[in-house]
Amino acid sequence: MSKLFFIFALLTLLLLGYALHAALVTAPTERTMGDVQRIFYYHVPSAWTAFILFFINFGASVYYLIKRNPTADIVALVCAEVGVVFCTVVLITGPIWARPVWGIWWTWDMRLTSTLVLWLIYVSYLFLRRFSSSGQTPTLAAALAVLGALCVPFVYFSIWFFRTQHPQPVMGGGGSIDPRMLHVLLINWLAFSCFAFLVCWSRYRLERLQRDVDHAHAMEALRDPRGKLR
Amino acid sequence: MKGNPYLFAAYAATWIIHIAYIGTIVSRYARLKREIDELKKPGLRSQEKPEARS
Repeated sequence: MSKLFFIFALLTLLLLGYALHAALVTAPTERTMGDVQRIFYYHVPSAWTAFILFFINFGASVYYLIKRNPTADIVALVCAEVGVVFCTVVLITGPIWARPVWGIWWTWDMRLTSTLVLWLIYVSYLFLRRFSSSGQTPTLAAALAVLGALCVPFVYFSIWFFRTQHPQPVMGGGGSIDPRMLHVLLINWLAFSCFAFLVCWSRYRLERLQRDVDHAHAMEALRDPRGKLR
Repeated sequence: MKGNPYLFAAYAATWIIHIAYIGTIVSRYARLKREIDELKKPGLRSQEKPEARS
């Protein structure tokens, strides 16, 4: 691993520590919900990070479909995988917040259901990548990713178009938020974005290495016992 | 801030998910490293079980 990676990892770790402190200590306690509202500082940045990763996956997939560029294919795969991890966090922290606030873990509300569908689409994408051995897999996966990305704006704007229990969006939703809370939210978003970038970086290197090893195995299989290419 | 079990559960779940995912990346790295070391041994692979890679 490069020195730059370790410096960035250290800075991200410090930022995550500061963001955690800000979420638990610095941010004011919400009057109605109390401390449980602090889940918002992990839930919302995770959702935004997942959406950004799915958006990059969409861009890389479109680029792959046009240019058949293997780097774009790796970027798409990596962003989908890390995006699914962040989306999983959203789907778990949401119900943990809903239980004390709404009195239920889950409801088939449009925002919740569409987020679950989005998660299932990208899990299907990863299953396709993992279990299909066809040469057409990257193309099929890219096509699925393009269709899956259409679900992202639907999830985001679902609370504008449908009657829903889910709180209105922090940005552009017409609601108001205490500036100190907004500051802590943005710090956490920055910290999670850096963390996501770091994980994507590691995963990208791993995927490149995996493809190099697969290529070496293929070359090995082509060699005859005297070490010459067949 | 008082201890809230829901808050603790949400934050713990977040980090368990992330650490578990990082764990899978680390284990895949370790497996690949072993494969690379094996590939670097000249002439060994061609003599060992040729059907294993088919």
